[in-house]
Amino acid sequence: MAVKETLLRVEHVGKEFHGNRVLKDINFNLNEGEILGLVGENGAGKSTLMNILFGMNVIAETGGYEGEIYFNGVKLNFKNPVEALNAGIGMVHQEFSLIPGFTVAENILLNMEKTKPSVISNIFGKKLETIDMPEIKKSADGAINLLGVKMDTDTLVSEMPVGHKQFIEIAREINRDKVKMIIMDEPTAVLTETEAEILLESLRKLAALGVAIIFISHRLREIINVCDKIVVLRDGIVVVDTPTKGTSIRQIATWMVGRDVEDKAEEVSEKTVYDESAEVIFEAKNLWVDMPGETIKNVNLKVRKGEILGIGGLAGQGKLGFPNGVMGLFPAGGKVFFEGKKLPLNNTLNALKSGIAFVSEDRRGVGLLLEEPIHWNIAFNAMQVQGKFIKKVLGVSFRDEKSMTAVSEKYIDELKIKCTSERQLVRQLSGGNQQKICLAKAFAMEPKLLFVSEPTRGIDVGAKTLVLNALRKYNEEYGTTIVIISSELEELRSISDRVAIVCEGKIFGILPPTADRAEFGLLMSGEYELDDKGEKKWIK
Amino acid sequence: MDKIKEFVKDFGIARLIIAAFLLLLFAVAPIFGVRLDTSISDVLTRFGMNAILVLSMIPMIQSGCGLNFGLPVGLIAGILGGVISLEFRLVGLAGILTAMLIGIVFATIFGFLYGELLNKIKGDEMIIATYVGFSAVFFMNMMWILLPFRNPSSVQGYKGEGLRTTISVEEYWFRAISNFGQIKVNKYLTIPTGMLLAFTIMALLVYFFFKTKLGTAITAVGSNPDYARAAGISINKMRTISVVLSTVIGAIGINMYQQSFGFIQLYNAPLAFAFPSVAAVLLGGASVNKASIMNVIVGTILFQGMLTMTPSVINNAINIDVSEVIRIVISNGMIVYALTRKVKK
Amino acid sequence: MKKDTNRYRKLLTGSVVPLMFLIISIISIPISNFSTDYLLNGIITRLARNSFLVLSLILPILAGMGINFGMVLGAMAGQIALIFVTDWGISGMGGLLLAAVLSMPISLLLGYFAGAVLNRAKGREMITSMILGFFVAGIYQFVLLYLCGPVIPFRSPNLILSRGYGVRNTVKLSTFGVLDNLIYLKIGNIGIPIATFIVIGLACLFIVWFRKTKLGHDMRAVGQGMGVSDNAGIPVEKTRIQSIIISTVLAGFGQIIYLQNIGTLNTYSGSEQAALFAAASLLVGGATVAKAGIPNAIIGTGLFHLMFLVMPAAGKYITGQAMIGEYFRTFISYGVVTLALILHAWKRQKDKDMDRESFRGNKDIIKEG
Repeated sequence: MAVKETLLRVEHVGKEFHGNRVLKDINFNLNEGEILGLVGENGAGKSTLMNILFGMNVIAETGGYEGEIYFNGVKLNFKNPVEALNAGIGMVHQEFSLIPGFTVAENILLNMEKTKPSVISNIFGKKLETIDMPEIKKSADGAINLLGVKMDTDTLVSEMPVGHKQFIEIAREINRDKVKMIIMDEPTAVLTETEAEILLESLRKLAALGVAIIFISHRLREIINVCDKIVVLRDGIVVVDTPTKGTSIRQIATWMVGRDVEDKAEEVSEKTVYDESAEVIFEAKNLWVDMPGETIKNVNLKVRKGEILGIGGLAGQGKLGFPNGVMGLFPAGGKVFFEGKKLPLNNTLNALKSGIAFVSEDRRGVGLLLEEPIHWNIAFNAMQVQGKFIKKVLGVSFRDEKSMTAVSEKYIDELKIKCTSERQLVRQLSGGNQQKICLAKAFAMEPKLLFVSEPTRGIDVGAKTLVLNALRKYNEEYGTTIVIISSELEELRSISDRVAIVCEGKIFGILPPTADRAEFGLLMSGEYELDDKGEKKWIK
Repeated sequence: MDKIKEFVKDFGIARLIIAAFLLLLFAVAPIFGVRLDTSISDVLTRFGMNAILVLSMIPMIQSGCGLNFGLPVGLIAGILGGVISLEFRLVGLAGILTAMLIGIVFATIFGFLYGELLNKIKGDEMIIATYVGFSAVFFMNMMWILLPFRNPSSVQGYKGEGLRTTISVEEYWFRAISNFGQIKVNKYLTIPTGMLLAFTIMALLVYFFFKTKLGTAITAVGSNPDYARAAGISINKMRTISVVLSTVIGAIGINMYQQSFGFIQLYNAPLAFAFPSVAAVLLGGASVNKASIMNVIVGTILFQGMLTMTPSVINNAINIDVSEVIRIVISNGMIVYALTRKVKK
Repeated sequence: MKKDTNRYRKLLTGSVVPLMFLIISIISIPISNFSTDYLLNGIITRLARNSFLVLSLILPILAGMGINFGMVLGAMAGQIALIFVTDWGISGMGGLLLAAVLSMPISLLLGYFAGAVLNRAKGREMITSMILGFFVAGIYQFVLLYLCGPVIPFRSPNLILSRGYGVRNTVKLSTFGVLDNLIYLKIGNIGIPIATFIVIGLACLFIVWFRKTKLGHDMRAVGQGMGVSDNAGIPVEKTRIQSIIISTVLAGFGQIIYLQNIGTLNTYSGSEQAALFAAASLLVGGATVAKAGIPNAIIGTGLFHLMFLVMPAAGKYITGQAMIGEYFRTFISYGVVTLALILHAWKRQKDKDMDRESFRGNKDIIKEG
């Protein structure tokens, strides 16, 4: 085997966003022709690290990064992705970047088309050179063949199945003349088993040709199968940097979710003892939800009255699709029962009227009216759905500013929302306070069942504690059943009575919060499923 | 200092320039032999004539349907009301009120259809509204000829083949509202209290409407449709209601204009009202998805002020009639400016 | 199965408008009582006169900007050039070529301005270009009405209004019929301006060639996927502006060809309907707001003007009212554009919904689950 050159050297790289530290002292190397597997939970810093490597604008816009990165011996300082591309780094993102109306070949060679000069282009410039379609097709076919897939490059991308689109994306990256390293972000997420096999095989081929690959995946089995070395990120630091040989899946899972041995005991506030035989308030049978990026394929779940049920799982596995589908924000099907009665799906108003409330993970997009004042935001749902905060004058329902102000003051006080008054525009509040408004909006409806999605995402520690305590209080004092969906395992473990893990659109198991962390990691990676009796069903 | 900067940024440099320009015109008017009291009287009258038309922009802007370039649809409904009331030979307040009532009926029907159409093409409302307005006008052109109207003052020709291009309402309800309680200050200055009162009533109705539960929901739909959807609100229903409202107010508005102007204008006339009304509300500070009654008042005063003062002052000053061209440049420039403003996220 | 219904749906929405038009025209022809010679002459003349203008709309559609109602900016540039050429008394082909050359810098400037404005109004290009057209028309009127004479020197006093400044309302062009008569063929009673058609043919060749260049390919990419193109490093803003600039320049030439056929210029009211008629022609020929080709332009122009010719007479015969035919004609012209806009917008919404299905998380995978 030839001596491998060190292609990529990452030294003491760190990044913080507006005071929030996301990466700290990252160090690792990558050689030519090596495949590095990058593993980590949500929020571990994988995406940020990749954005830095690839020169995404968002990094430069938020103050750049610390540390140094050397690629091919040259210190990196990319200002945009095009510079990264020119230096030989390609990235296959999670979202497809394809033009449906173009053929496969045209997409593969997008902005890298082969052209022929002509008389006019010699006078007026390169942009007027003629496109050489036969050469383009040849080049595209070459890339596709290298991947080991069978595809007619003259077909329109719009007519291609999802798995093929993934290969087209990859083909585009490997077809660049100068490509030396490719970053792949969850490339097997949408592939069938056979397709995933083909993909892994093609990665091996690429590596043999000297291309270095950074491979991000939650499927630990794939990582073990194809990677030469593994880097595990946790809470923004590298916890493990090891050759794959000699590691096991269980080990990796533990690294992924574990904490240091000298961890302080978590602050788990006193909970009332949970009654296992309590009635079922909500049940989902064969639920599917079509939410782009968070699809649910088949969920069967019972929620017991008065409990706090946590739902966790890695990003993109479907946990966010669950509440969005139940609340009718995305198309859903299957059967759902609330308080014993069948609940029609795809009907937001009905769900709200029945006594279910939802705090969306998309705070700014769905949860708030940024251009309106606080008291509008808090009172709105209760006003529209339940007729609260209304005064009737001559039979017409007017919004009652007085009671809206009163209820807002109540929640501003309870949740310690920092604002100038209840009339302040929500747009001006900090993220944490905006989140509290979303909660207040849900609480104002006095729901029987509350879905909260990513309640503490992007807010500071103080607000986090407050939010979680508020949820606990509502659960204990008012008996509100709470289903909390979160990417932060620790958060779920500290507040929930039970924790369900979603993987690949299904519930892979429900564990008590005190269960061993490694078990959670394995469930999240889809290594085994737990059935109703708690029996493990290992995948392969 | 910061507060001033905030105000300037929000209000827009363009608007401030126009407001300053208008004040300047008023200031120099007497120098060029233009009486201030006549000017004020003219501006007030024109305000009364046009303000309701500009008011009709609010519901659709608030619900996120954009600028109502399809105003001609509502205007046609109003005009139908007018000519039909003439068929009944009604005079005075009774005449104008009947015209408005019939106009409201037609406007509700037209507005409903128009609203359903706009719901199917979310995102492209403005260009399609414009063309629907055009098509409606050109379709009605044929109808004005074919529909069986009989009143000899309305129809043209001896055999009564179709309606005239302009129909005088002098014998019917000319100035029925304008004259209502008007205050004659002196020979040159008359305050058209009737029209101003009518506008105040309409404005109050709109104001209170947006304070209702329904109005609140409509504002939310325009402010953030995803938010509204998550609250269980039917976006399509809210949009249709707002379109019907805008169309109805438009129908009332054109009748207000006509009773002051003295003529019902048919055929291509409705087309001339859409762009100026849009420009006026934008001039008053509205944006493509947010408009308030203050925007309507300020905008109509500024716009009609420009239209009144520019011919009288500038033409007298430099002896050249530049009013038409200035009107075109300012109103269209204002609209382009609003369309290219980045929407605050 | 799904693919087939999609294809049929696309075929249907693509053909509704031209089909409707064909039917209306076919019904009206016998009613109008025009002779075949008259009709053929009328169509050939109008094809020669208008095709170039229609062709100028193709590139912005390619680049995803929809119908470039701002082509009137180019028309105005052409008119200004012709006014000056007439003022300087230069006639013949020399005058025409000079006008064309003169119009280019004006078109370039206006086109660049329009493109920059449209880049700031992404998603609302059509309404913005329409109103921009009115705005610039106001400025054009201002320049011609007040600045010409005193500020901008004119040589021929008979082009200036009697009051001493401002261009006259109608200008007799020094280049009347110059291109048409260059090579004129008469077959029986039918006259064919060959030279003009050659020029139109050149424009078609240009468009065909341009589409195959890198710039043309980039425009297509930008038109179909702005975000994707941006990710791939294609200069989206610049490409869009370039499509508008080329369209404006072509519109300038097109208006010059149009006016040399008519012979007199209506200084202040000529160009308003230019964009509408050109757009209607293109749409009648089967183009959509998202896809337009040369056959659409040529066939559409022929069909549209056939209807235009025939409608008033037919209307008069059917209803006995002379005006009905004219009104119907105007209604149909606008109605065609309205229908095409609605179909396009409706389709855009449907496509957005369909896109979500093909995004990660296909429904098929779900059902198997």
